[in-house]
Amino acid sequence: MSQHIRLDPILCDGFGQCAELLPELIKLDEWGYPIVSDAAISASLEPEARRAVAMCPRLALTLERRRERKPAGAQR
Amino acid sequence: MGGLTGNPAWYLMRGSGVVALILLTGVVVLGILTTNRAQIGRLPRFVTVGLHRSISLLSVVFLAIHIGTAIVDPYAAVSVVQVVLPLPSSGYTFWLGLGALSLDVIAAVIITSLLRQRLSQRVWKTVHWLSYASWPLAFAHSLGMGTDSSSTWFLAVALTCTAAIVVATASRLVHGGRALPKSLGSPLRPVAKRTA
Amino acid sequence: MSALAVPDVHLAAGHRLLRGTVYAEPLPDLASRRERERMLAQVEASGLAGRGGAAFSTSTKLRAVARGRAPIVVANGTEGEPASSKDKVLVAADPHLVIDGAVVAARIVGAEEIILAAGRADGRGLVALERAIAARDDGIAMHVAAVPERFVAGQETALVSWLNGGLAKPTVDRPFERGVHGRPTLVQNVETLANLALIARHGADWFRRLGTANEPGTALVTAMGAVRSPGVGEIELGMTMREVLASFGGMTAMPQAFLVGGYFGTWVSARDVLDLPFTDESLGAFGASLGARLLIVLPHDACGLAETARAIRYLERESAGQCGSCFFGLPAIAAAFESLAFGAGEAEQAIERLSQLVPQVEGRGACALPTGATRLVTSALRVFAQEVDHHRSRRCCGPSHPHVLPIPDVTDEWS
Repeated sequence: MSQHIRLDPILCDGFGQCAELLPELIKLDEWGYPIVSDAAISASLEPEARRAVAMCPRLALTLERRRERKPAGAQR
Repeated sequence: MGGLTGNPAWYLMRGSGVVALILLTGVVVLGILTTNRAQIGRLPRFVTVGLHRSISLLSVVFLAIHIGTAIVDPYAAVSVVQVVLPLPSSGYTFWLGLGALSLDVIAAVIITSLLRQRLSQRVWKTVHWLSYASWPLAFAHSLGMGTDSSSTWFLAVALTCTAAIVVATASRLVHGGRALPKSLGSPLRPVAKRTA
Repeated sequence: MSALAVPDVHLAAGHRLLRGTVYAEPLPDLASRRERERMLAQVEASGLAGRGGAAFSTSTKLRAVARGRAPIVVANGTEGEPASSKDKVLVAADPHLVIDGAVVAARIVGAEEIILAAGRADGRGLVALERAIAARDDGIAMHVAAVPERFVAGQETALVSWLNGGLAKPTVDRPFERGVHGRPTLVQNVETLANLALIARHGADWFRRLGTANEPGTALVTAMGAVRSPGVGEIELGMTMREVLASFGGMTAMPQAFLVGGYFGTWVSARDVLDLPFTDESLGAFGASLGARLLIVLPHDACGLAETARAIRYLERESAGQCGSCFFGLPAIAAAFESLAFGAGEAEQAIERLSQLVPQVEGRGACALPTGATRLVTSALRVFAQEVDHHRSRRCCGPSHPHVLPIPDVTDEWS
């Protein structure tokens, strides 16, 4: 099981706090909206990820658990 | 015995009230700065919203002291009911009622914010808009209660707080936040009814 | 929403749809659980997949909604693609078949309510549906909904949002779990439902007699551009592109490229696909899919960049404006593409700008509109690479060619 950050692009209003708190996984596009990486959140980054989720003024971020995905070639 | 000027509870009540008003001013200003996506100097923006939240919780502490001492103090002798219910009345209890109303609004804002994950966006947003009312109510309450309103230091505090709120609100009206026009047909798009 | 009048219908050999047949024999009752399971198995065996653009397995969708309580069925005939008419033609010509399909779906999932949705400018379709409902009694509540004519209004979540009294804009909800009035909702394209009705009557094996193993059945296609008889036709999946175009009278000029799927689709080079099967599988090699089954033939003397620029500007106008990257990204992309297509000597900067914009916009919306726009951009730059070179040296091959892609200019509202 891995944890990932999920963004609701409709709720998001481009405050940009998340990118400040978690620059390893979240970058801002040229209009100030977050580009959220789909990578798993490492254990060391987990507290920062939780803070980013809590700090969002629109609650647009959530943490979601996912089952381990097989590498792309193994499925289908 | 009245316990007038010597009662520590009396002084604590007034003091904590003033501090609560100053903190409330700070909370409202920081809330507006958050919406404007403003930064405090070079500090990252999460500091703005973080301070907004922390100071609001701090203000609750001082509010609690203010209200607690008002109930306990034999001169002020505010009843618990009067704290939460702004009963229509004149004189002393009118200004007290404004304070009670302000408290009700603040309590609603804080409780909905703490339970935010469980509530709908719309509910949270509507209640949060009410927070704009909490400051004038608290301010009027502090002036009207009359205990310190004539003293210079209090007037200086009151003036500073008012100035801060006025400037912040003006900037909010000018900036308008940067949210997308999501709830309307976008004003940038031509919207014409089909004639067919 | 089409700028064209509803076009002629071309009935290819072996056609199954658009016959206007009203069956005397009633549809299977599906009263018992075993019967419903058997019907579901038939649908699964048939390999029926959505014909609204997403090509999702119908049996999977049915199973997902059947698990819920008090589900509801929505027949989606809104057809947001402006140049596509296949759903409108189907609803006007064969309303009973569509409703049959909706009834079968409702009985499979246990729904007691059906909503038949069509665009509110689709007068013929709306009237046909009302008349058909009045003429039948299936023991299920049915009503017609006239939906705003916006590009994304037919997207599943947008349609559900509007049916719930909101705006016809996409949401992040999942209709099969919580849709109309909070109930599990099956949203199915009208052509998919028509095929479902036929499978219910004739069985999965019959359905599989036409089409390919992976993509069985037929497809309604809207064809336009450099074809002799533009309009809506039914073709067998797996026919080559050339054969498909032959059923529209053949091409009227040397083709340069095809826009496959709609404005939400992909450009492919004509010579690459002309003799390949018209299937998601073979077109997938070129990054394309059947999508809304719209096929536009671009003749050799038209400017593909100009056509694309207009299509992108249309998509930009149709953004719901809910997601920052789409709201800001699409106008920027549209402006850059316009300067590539119509500007004088700005081609190099435009391409540079597009390469910055596309990764920032692709895949970042709540719906697939921004991805559709970026796909149109990247496929256009690839397929019209030679044209791009001409534009770099300030020459255009088809500057005064009449417009091939029909772009409507009146815009409806969101509610």
